Amino acid sequence: MTIVRHELKQGRIAFLIWTGVLTLMLVVCIVIFPDMKSQMAGMNDMLASMGAVSEAFGMDKLDFSTLIGYYVTECGNVLGLGGALFAAMIASLMLSKEEGGRTAEFLLAHPVSRVRIITEKLFAVVIEITAMNLIIYLISMVSIMAIGEAVPWKEFNLVHLAYYILQLELAGICYGISAFIRKGGLGIGLGVGVIMYFLNIVSNLTDSAKGLKYITPFSYCEGADIVNIGALTGKYLAVGVIWAVVGIIAAYICYSRKDIR
Amino acid sequence: MEIIKMNNLTKYYGKARGIIDLNLAINEGECFGFMGPNGAGKSTTIRTLLGLISPTSGSAAIFGKDIVKENKNILAEVGYLPSEALFYPHMKVKDALKLSADLRKQNCSEESRVLCERLQLDPNRKVEELSFGNRKKVAICCALQSNPKLLILDEPTGGLDPLMQHEFFEILKERNRKGTTIFLSSHILSEVQNNCTRAAVIREGKIIACDSVGALTKTSAKRVVIYGKVDVNGLTGIKDLTEIGNKTAFLYNGDVKELIHRLNCGEVTDVTISEPDLEEIFLHYYE
Repeated sequence: MTIVRHELKQGRIAFLIWTGVLTLMLVVCIVIFPDMKSQMAGMNDMLASMGAVSEAFGMDKLDFSTLIGYYVTECGNVLGLGGALFAAMIASLMLSKEEGGRTAEFLLAHPVSRVRIITEKLFAVVIEITAMNLIIYLISMVSIMAIGEAVPWKEFNLVHLAYYILQLELAGICYGISAFIRKGGLGIGLGVGVIMYFLNIVSNLTDSAKGLKYITPFSYCEGADIVNIGALTGKYLAVGVIWAVVGIIAAYICYSRKDIR
Repeated sequence: MEIIKMNNLTKYYGKARGIIDLNLAINEGECFGFMGPNGAGKSTTIRTLLGLISPTSGSAAIFGKDIVKENKNILAEVGYLPSEALFYPHMKVKDALKLSADLRKQNCSEESRVLCERLQLDPNRKVEELSFGNRKKVAICCALQSNPKLLILDEPTGGLDPLMQHEFFEILKERNRKGTTIFLSSHILSEVQNNCTRAAVIREGKIIACDSVGALTKTSAKRVVIYGKVDVNGLTGIKDLTEIGNKTAFLYNGDVKELIHRLNCGEVTDVTISEPDLEEIFLHYYE
């Protein structure tokens, strides 16, 4: 586990910053909920009547005066996009940074197989994403309790589970990309995260773009669906898992055979 | 026993030439020099041997093990010093050394302490704050601290001051006496001449000479330096002619009688005729 420890140490500053910022933003959103609650009741009709814009963000099916209606929307913006960007960024840099930073020669001149390098680096990505989500989950839960609201456990757990899986899926895809590239991992990672987010918005705007839901992991993270159905959309989730697995397999195949420069 | 054995080892980067049909054998306990200009294929050879890149055709074995199939087992006994020593950001020297030792699953703390002391390297400094030469020292410690059976050194003295170079070669000699095989790739031919028993010259991806350093330096060509006035025009066998003031210098591979005749006819105040060093022979190969 030498490489895992090394990667966690190398990535600790980025991890602390991203986790700290996302947690803080979520806590702020939760803390202001009691004040927003009364105002939100009146805004439901207005938000529901905004047509395509409301549909794009799933706001037409949610009651913002309830904690969970408010939380899944805010969580979608903060943890959804922020977590996706973090996961995509660390995964897309994980393998490519060795060649970009010209440290590959150091690492690969040691008696470690490439399969071990790929596996341990993947572990490091999963550990970082898991740790970030656990911290955010626990602090969000405590924050909800602190403002005197009851935690809607089922929906709360499902939302966090959905975003955790989303981050793992994006990480899997970007990990595959990372094996092919030598430079530009950061830009590609952030780009993939943002594109996936907007693909979901587009797919919500028109029925003709519904096929995009099979591409973007945000499709199974729709707060409105989670609250109203009480489950993640299985078909999108299944396709998402396949994308992640394909990415990881691609990473193993490519990096094992790649000429390191 | 042959520690490194290359059989028609070839590497192309797409259509671009890397190395072509290299056949070399380096024996146990040898200090072998590997010389060639930039882009000749030295680093490609080393990177192929280390498994960083895959050969296009041919094969090579280290310790009798195939470099592709048994890469991990080979690297357990190989210390590699890259030409450019780069490490991960925010690391201290001791962290880099520990990481290298951990990747080898060895405790090298005592050996790394000794090496740091001999190379005057502060293990508590941050690697990114170090000069090129000091980063090189970190790379040297990483390569040597596990006491590998084979050392592959790519331009090892770049950035080291003369005292450190001396200390580094002392360490290498000690290791070599204990049985460590050394594969030394270098532009600095005096390093090869002073430290290696055999050497190969690579040019445009092909080995053009491989022999003992003594045999490589043995040539009928002489380095001639004349002070005074002498007419060397038309003298056949002259190379690398320079005329500065009353000093005329050249490499001479022609008829000695003809040279003496010209010296007799001129107004010569002093003359030296000596064996050319390896550097001059090396340049001769590249003409």
